[in-house]
Amino acid sequence: MTNQVTHLKKALTTQQDELTQLVRDVLQQATSQGATAAAVSASRYTGYELSVRLGDVETLEYNEDKGFGISVYFGQRKGSASTTDTRPDAIANCVAKACEFARFTEEDPCAGLADSDQMAQNYPDLDLCHPWDLTPEQAISLGKECEAIALAQDKRIHNSEGVTISTHHGVCVYGNSHGFIGGYPTSRHDMSCVLLAKDSQGMQRDYDYTTSRIPKELCSIETLAKTAATRTVQRLSGRRLKTRKSPVIFRADVARGLLSHFIGAIEGSSIYRKSSFLVDCLGSDVFASHITLHEAPHLPGAIGSAPFDGEGVRTTPREIVKDGRLQNYILGSYSARKLGMQTTGNAGGIHNLFINAHKDCPLEQLLKEMDTGLFVTEVMGQGINLVTGDYSRGAAGFWVENGEIQYPVEEITIAGNLSDMYKNLQAVANDVDCRGNIKSGSILLEEMTVAGY
Amino acid sequence: MNLLQKAQQTLLEPAGLTENHLEKILHQVLGYTIDYADLYFQSMDHESWFLEDGIVKDGSYSVDRGVGVRASSGEKTGFAYSDDILLPALESASHAARSIAKHGGDGKVMAWQKNESRQLYVPENPLVAICDSDKVALLRRLDQYARSLDPRVIQVFVSLSGSHETVMVMASDGTLGADVRPLVRLNVRVIVEHQGRREQGSSGGGGRFDYDYFLQGKHAEHYVEEAVRQGLLNLEAINAPAGTMPVVLGPGWPGVLLHEAVGHGLEGDFNRKGTSAFTGRVGEQVATSVCTVVDDGTLEKRRGSLNMDDEGVSTECTVLIENGILKGYMQDKMNARLMGVASTGNGRRESYAHLPMPRMTNTYMLAGEHEPGDIIASVDKGLYAVNFGGGQVDITSGKFVFSASEAYLIENGKVTTPVKGATLIGNGPEVLMDVSMVGNDLALDQGVGVCGKDGQSVPVGVGQPTLKVDSLTVGGTEG
Repeated sequence: MTNQVTHLKKALTTQQDELTQLVRDVLQQATSQGATAAAVSASRYTGYELSVRLGDVETLEYNEDKGFGISVYFGQRKGSASTTDTRPDAIANCVAKACEFARFTEEDPCAGLADSDQMAQNYPDLDLCHPWDLTPEQAISLGKECEAIALAQDKRIHNSEGVTISTHHGVCVYGNSHGFIGGYPTSRHDMSCVLLAKDSQGMQRDYDYTTSRIPKELCSIETLAKTAATRTVQRLSGRRLKTRKSPVIFRADVARGLLSHFIGAIEGSSIYRKSSFLVDCLGSDVFASHITLHEAPHLPGAIGSAPFDGEGVRTTPREIVKDGRLQNYILGSYSARKLGMQTTGNAGGIHNLFINAHKDCPLEQLLKEMDTGLFVTEVMGQGINLVTGDYSRGAAGFWVENGEIQYPVEEITIAGNLSDMYKNLQAVANDVDCRGNIKSGSILLEEMTVAGY
Repeated sequence: MNLLQKAQQTLLEPAGLTENHLEKILHQVLGYTIDYADLYFQSMDHESWFLEDGIVKDGSYSVDRGVGVRASSGEKTGFAYSDDILLPALESASHAARSIAKHGGDGKVMAWQKNESRQLYVPENPLVAICDSDKVALLRRLDQYARSLDPRVIQVFVSLSGSHETVMVMASDGTLGADVRPLVRLNVRVIVEHQGRREQGSSGGGGRFDYDYFLQGKHAEHYVEEAVRQGLLNLEAINAPAGTMPVVLGPGWPGVLLHEAVGHGLEGDFNRKGTSAFTGRVGEQVATSVCTVVDDGTLEKRRGSLNMDDEGVSTECTVLIENGILKGYMQDKMNARLMGVASTGNGRRESYAHLPMPRMTNTYMLAGEHEPGDIIASVDKGLYAVNFGGGQVDITSGKFVFSASEAYLIENGKVTTPVKGATLIGNGPEVLMDVSMVGNDLALDQGVGVCGKDGQSVPVGVGQPTLKVDSLTVGGTEG
């Protein structure tokens, strides 16, 4: 660890102490204003984002984001407020506003903090903070080098939207009137490379990115540049397809999105609002029987890890789908009460979701298994209706025959119903994309409708 | 009190700052390699109220205040911000922003030109126009109204939100401008259920006025009726067709077509960088001669309207496409400077913590001469789409999508069966070349649009008359 990193970590410890004191003080303020319960969160993140384009700096943005939020309960009535202005008078004003609003909202039998016996006592240190001692000058040369490698890959790459490098670190603290106060520092670093290529048929743009909490786990600039270049050039001279039914492979990064719709559909709020096609599906088959989904919130250093959720509830590893069958919803304390269940420690969302990949199935094998069909590398638009499961989105990718990529395709749509899509999931490749909170390999679906000419 | 005085009172006085302090800061930023610098002060109060299960469960309030400092040199930009509107914080942000350029030099701040822009909306706080208990009562009334309309309504969600924003811009080019911006919005969503089938419907509206609007003229009740109507209609909807066919788009909100298909591709930054499918095409025909498309930030009280943009430039009605010919791009100051044209007042930013860039305001197509009924009657077999969710565009390839949430089959010139939502996909530079008929029924949307670009969200408007696209790909499931 360099001196600089040691210094940054020390500063974060001091900030965490300050925010912890702030949260404690504000909880006191809320109680003294008559709140019967309260929850407070405070955070501070700093860093910068640098972009280089066509060999020169384009923007250098320094970020310093402070967040403060409070929810108060007066019996079963709730009010909340937030601010970016963390001076004492602004915070006092914020507390007063939350209390004022709670006078006008209505009695809600399910309102309140999570139960006190659910609080995360002795939560683990998940090693989520690895500040990067990269100076803007170093970032500039890294960015320039990356872009230069990318531009040199193919003469059809004629333009660039640049290379962006960002590094951020900070702390978040949460506390509530059960006496729980917890916090931890985190870091996040990103690099992306966006390129344009041109041929007689027109221009195409594509990109690659890498993200991690740990600087040395970012992929190399060579890999980033080459992947971005390959992807961009491969899209040139895309064709349309004739309207048809076809098997479809979602590339790993797109497959993550497909799983995120599933998570959205089993979130407690979607269930109790009857706004999901998976209402009343607990215990039934929602995926093909070879599929298991599990949540691993305590992976050291991972993007989605968290020792406790947005209500101070301990997070726990668990299976969400086992052998295709839905085991649990995704619940915070509110939706749990609405459904007569227990919170699953997911207030604020899921923490590292995995789908079981087939160990000896690389992407090439999955393409062979499909034989003839569509390999989707990009989806566009918001055509997902979670109430009905209806799915219809723009797509781009490649047409595959005999397990081999034939040519790029674009300006087509893919449509189906999520309920059928999940049940007819054929296989998951082992090319797992771990860059986000949801981690998946490429996914082969039996059939979708492809609309083209 | 004028807008500038109001803004100074809100933003500068509490911190003991004066114009002189700010002028000094700008001087410090201006090195010899800095062409332009600006300070952007913002204060935003926002509230929202939410009803479900027949009760108003949560009310939340947020206050965001801060200042952004930007310095530009050629194509380079340095940027920093602070949520402390205090002199030391300003000085440190300025230091950071100018770090893209070398020290030294003596840039000059131009003489102040105070922009006394028009008032397209009333600069009062919309949040206090009605009292909190009336807001709660409104939400409850709408919930009961929705449930009374049809027994198949099983869930009702209503949200009411509003913001009161004060901004002030000071720039080295002499710009000194301020704006006070009200914005309110009401949304209704219902879940309907019949014989085991569940569907949803939603509607809403708003603009730069206060909550009183929803109480007057039954606007709020209208959103409820619309949401319920749409939900019940969806219960009857059959699967949408798949394939390429003629598509008639209804008036108003379907103008999201223009926003995605041509709007984004005509933003100055993409064209300066040569990354848009429309790059270098000014003067060329990009639409049929019946198409004239404008971006107009000057419409009174509209959600996408602004007295001045976030760089202190008065908004305009910018002609993008006139009788099918591409006329120009939407510009902010930086891209205008680098392309040697004038800003069109389209420099917008989500907040003080974000950099401005060229963004749309209210984008719409002017009315044509056809009766809407004649347009539908001209289609033998196709789709009639009247309501949409969001859209997206790849400005480089020109491919865009937008998702219908209410659509019908057209058979033998008549609107027949409702179909489920489906995504439509096309190519921006080609789609308007396929517009063969434009209606005389121009309408703007009800005021709920949000546009996202580079992670920044801003409120926008869209609009259009009924129009016919001869050939567009519909992403249904029925081959």
